[in-house]
Amino acid sequence: MNLKDKLLSSYIAFEDHLEDDSPLHDLRSEAIKTFEVNGFPTKKEEAWKYTSLKSLLKNDYSLFPKLDHAVEFKDVKKYFLHDIDTYKIVFVDGVYSSFLSETTHDKLDVCLMSSALSKSKYKPVIEAYFNKVAKEDSLTSLNTAFAKEGAYINIPKHQEVDKPIEIIYFSTGNEAALLLQPRNLIVVGENAHVQIIERHQCLSDNAVLTNAVTEVFTEKRAVVDYYKIQNDCRTASLIDNTFISQERESNCSVHTFSFGGNITRNNLNFYQKGEHCDSTLKGITILEDKQHVDHNTLVHHIAPNCESHQNYKGIFDDASTGVFNGKIIVSKEAQKTNAFQQNNNILISDKATINAKPQLEIFADDVKCSHGCTIGQFDEDALFYLRSRGIAKKEAQALLMYAFANTVLESVKIPELKARINKLIATKIGVNLGFDI
Amino acid sequence: MEKFTEDDLKKELETKEYEYGFYTDIESETFPVGLNEDIVRAISKKKEEPEWMTQWRLEAFRHWEEMIEPEWANVHYQKPDFQAISYYSAPNSKPKYDSIEDVDPELLDTFKRLGISLDEQKKLAGVAVDIVIDSVSVATTFKKTLGEKGIIFCSISEAIREHPELVKKYIGSVVPQKDNFYAALNSAVFSDGSFCYIPKGVRCPMELSTYFRINQAGTGQFERTLVIADKDSYVSYLEGCTAPSRDENQLHAAVVELIALDNAEIKYSTVQNWYPGSKDGKGGVFNFVTKRGICEKNAKISWTQVETGSAVTWKYPSCILKGDNSIGEFYSIAVTNNYQQADTGTKMIHLGKNTRSTIISKGISAGKSQNSYRGLVKISPNADNARNFSQCDSLLMGNNCGAHTFPYIEAKNKTAQIEHEATTSKIGEDQIFYCNQRGINTEKAIALIVNGFSKEVLNKLPMEFAVEAQKLLEISLEGSVG
Repeated sequence: MNLKDKLLSSYIAFEDHLEDDSPLHDLRSEAIKTFEVNGFPTKKEEAWKYTSLKSLLKNDYSLFPKLDHAVEFKDVKKYFLHDIDTYKIVFVDGVYSSFLSETTHDKLDVCLMSSALSKSKYKPVIEAYFNKVAKEDSLTSLNTAFAKEGAYINIPKHQEVDKPIEIIYFSTGNEAALLLQPRNLIVVGENAHVQIIERHQCLSDNAVLTNAVTEVFTEKRAVVDYYKIQNDCRTASLIDNTFISQERESNCSVHTFSFGGNITRNNLNFYQKGEHCDSTLKGITILEDKQHVDHNTLVHHIAPNCESHQNYKGIFDDASTGVFNGKIIVSKEAQKTNAFQQNNNILISDKATINAKPQLEIFADDVKCSHGCTIGQFDEDALFYLRSRGIAKKEAQALLMYAFANTVLESVKIPELKARINKLIATKIGVNLGFDI
Repeated sequence: MEKFTEDDLKKELETKEYEYGFYTDIESETFPVGLNEDIVRAISKKKEEPEWMTQWRLEAFRHWEEMIEPEWANVHYQKPDFQAISYYSAPNSKPKYDSIEDVDPELLDTFKRLGISLDEQKKLAGVAVDIVIDSVSVATTFKKTLGEKGIIFCSISEAIREHPELVKKYIGSVVPQKDNFYAALNSAVFSDGSFCYIPKGVRCPMELSTYFRINQAGTGQFERTLVIADKDSYVSYLEGCTAPSRDENQLHAAVVELIALDNAEIKYSTVQNWYPGSKDGKGGVFNFVTKRGICEKNAKISWTQVETGSAVTWKYPSCILKGDNSIGEFYSIAVTNNYQQADTGTKMIHLGKNTRSTIISKGISAGKSQNSYRGLVKISPNADNARNFSQCDSLLMGNNCGAHTFPYIEAKNKTAQIEHEATTSKIGEDQIFYCNQRGINTEKAIALIVNGFSKEVLNKLPMEFAVEAQKLLEISLEGSVG
């Protein structure tokens, strides 16, 4: 049985177990129909031209893992941002781990999707926001159909969250192959501030495929900083679908750090629905071996006087493949839009590949839009300059890599996270500079 | 000072009717409508072609029958009914003329209205013109001068008859019969076109040019151009088009193949001004063109185009940089107005080492038009030290038009250096204010700014052609290009 059939038949069983007969039920059946019609995307689709899921779909994934997969804190401590205090929402094999988590209902809600979906007090929020910005593409629909668990964050008006929120998905590898479909909903009220760190981590060498959907709503003047750390093991693949709906004067930034994993696909979508919004999309990608990372971004300027800034940097070694497919759409009404997009890539190996497709679709005349895309190498002169000052080649290269990535790193607002990422980059490129940058 | 705002200009542009819309009454010999193997055979027979050519056409036709019309381009239009088109039409005044005086005076008048004065060009510009009106060459000049250098410049049908070895070797070598839907159609039914061969080491002393026109109602034009520059040679080739006003859509599916052998250089310039349709989007020419060139070692191909006409344009002049150190260039201005749609760009396929390519594309959209740039830069694993620079700028006039860019960049070599940048903007009020302040009225200011915007490309046109290019730009953006 192929994966699609398996999912379709499991859906019937899955639905029987659900207690709710709420409007969600219709949503689910609608969604599974969409998936049934479209199936998994293939390379024939323009948006998936450079990324093939074929190798992932042949695994026999278990969809509903057994419940008792305990994880010792000492084993996973390193994956947390342990230097500082944070709220934590932790899942092990798709199941909430109350032992590892630290949630709250004091002033703000940092808790579980499952309880938000079932308890009546959350009903108004779910009805107002759930699946309201997510696109109806095949994979998002698949997630919607099976949506059950994930992080639920609701920050009320004028609330500045005192510490960052970490969302971590562990997979233990007790199953030979596991398909996870977490669903996150984040609602940030008027004038509220929040910082969120998201991470998917596999703890063994068994295959994991994650098809995650995150919806973020930023109300008036809300400020959201979202960090995605993708440093999973080589058997784990991730399809991350993030949809962000912005109201007027809100400010949302998403930083994506892609260092690990097998195939990673980031579908990051911004919809600017109110005036004077600001969106930032930044990413650092450092790949080796046969890794594949595909950044597929969309910024849709619907309202006037908004800004968007995109900056993606990639360094590609061995037989790795990087894809950047960035799209900016400026609607007819979105006058005075400033939209910028920058994608810089460095190829280190002969076998590495980069496919870039930066697109602009502009329907308004009074706009400033630009995109730039470069593919190149390290500056030989700069390398020579460093080496002539007694810095070994490897360190010199590392320094240049840091400099290259720094424009993205400098806007990370959590110092401990910044230090962590610096360390990750250092490990990734195999040097110890002996000082912090 | 008279008040001429951007809105006025927009209004003027929208109401401006196509100036070159006229129809020459020449008795034409036209085939029945529809397309089948018999028609393909008949065209071939009419052109007195050898058997291999007939077979080649039939092969293309069979491929075409199995193909479906592409839909990926960012254009929307009523698909032409290929069975409602007549695939051959030729002016009746045969045989060919030896000198210009013998040419049908009505035709000559047509050319005069187009602004092509043969005698003037003979005297002043030194341009040899192979004029194509409705698919058949009727006038050729300077043939003797070219002949002395060993340069062959004639219609493709003549080349098929007289230089079959060259045609047979190169036709379809860059754009195969089954390359795409329209190329296949063209391969099956092409009626005429130009052929040019520059022998080894020869530098063509003059700009070669042809003018295409669609004339007969309901006839499609399927031009086939083949330019071969042998080793160490150089040629600059110009192509320009205007077409009469028509209500029904006319199909134009041309194929251009360029072959630049070792150390050769081909410069191919186009000014395209087919009938763009009326201001409410009725009629106009469908321009589905396949243009491609191949560069051998150290060769260079340079495409320059000024696209102002056609209701729908679908055109990607491309370079295959096969030989080491070869160079590809693409300079383009695409102007769309009213309901025009253009999806145009280039492909630079880097295969050889040290290959270089430059892409400069300028799009100007006005009215309710849609203007897209679609390009591909591909660096294959063996193309060490490949270098590409791309720049796509769009200028929007008014709030009902759109500008789009779809660049594809694929790099598989670590030594590749690729830069791509694109900007979209409108004419700044501050820029106009700056000009006004210095006593330049708004109309002139817009002209100045648009001219400056397009200059990088206009500069690449051969001097003889620049005048024509400016003239055609004026029709699309009247009063704004000075």
